[in-house]
Amino acid sequence: MTVYILCFILFLVGLYGAITRRNLVKIVISLSVMEFSVFLFLALIGYVEGGSAPIIDPAKPDALYVDPLPQAMVLTAIVIGLATTAMLMSVIIRIYRKYKTLDIREIKNLRG
Amino acid sequence: MEAAVSLILVFMILGAVFAIHARDLLSAVISCGIVGYGLVICFLLLKAPDLAIVQIVVETISLVLMVAVVLDSTRQEPFTLPDKQGYVNIATAVLTAGVILYFLNLATGSMDAFGEGSLRMAEHYINGAAAKTGSANLVTGVVFDFRGYDTLGEATVLVTAVLGVITILRIRGKK
Repeated sequence: MTVYILCFILFLVGLYGAITRRNLVKIVISLSVMEFSVFLFLALIGYVEGGSAPIIDPAKPDALYVDPLPQAMVLTAIVIGLATTAMLMSVIIRIYRKYKTLDIREIKNLRG
Repeated sequence: MEAAVSLILVFMILGAVFAIHARDLLSAVISCGIVGYGLVICFLLLKAPDLAIVQIVVETISLVLMVAVVLDSTRQEPFTLPDKQGYVNIATAVLTAGVILYFLNLATGSMDAFGEGSLRMAEHYINGAAAKTGSANLVTGVVFDFRGYDTLGEATVLVTAVLGVITILRIRGKK
């Protein structure tokens, strides 16, 4: 159960960063930390003690495998996480070119 | 196994805390790399080689992207004492964390203990999956055969993101 709690603390660290930081790059870092903790949580749920990697070995028909379903889901989620990170980063670079700052307070003050 | 994963998780938490509080944005990005590559080791320990391969590639690409953005903009994050809004934000963060911890406490009661999960649904995928899909790797079988449309949707999202990045980076600012 310790692992689940630690995984959750990692999520909370990311949440704290996303709420309290004022720098756009740090907000993106916090979001990806939250993402990573969710991936790890799903991989932890699928783990079976003594199981082997889910690759079928014809020589051992009775082998115990870890759960392949969460792994397939996480595989999809990892790639989508990369897509969102790339998108956010390109938006950030446009914002910096226009406003010369990454601080969200100053960008908010420039409005109007 | 649980001890090894916990140890790496502690390192990942330390890396994440440093990444959030670092003054230099470049070191913050590199510490984010600690979290990502620690995740790769965790995946290997949890017997998920496919995830480890994908994660190491993705982490490298996103690290390169972040370093490129930081080098192209500014490295310094000027330190300012939290103002009134800052204290409100910190209070909100702590409150949200408390509420989520409470619900985690409720949820862990109905969860299987670590390493003793039963393969409720995966049983049908494992038994005879190799014969149905022709793939010895069960994860590949699920991703590309049983859930093929899901993967098609994922590819669509990826293409949309690439198109979006190209569009955003090509536009000229209006005067």
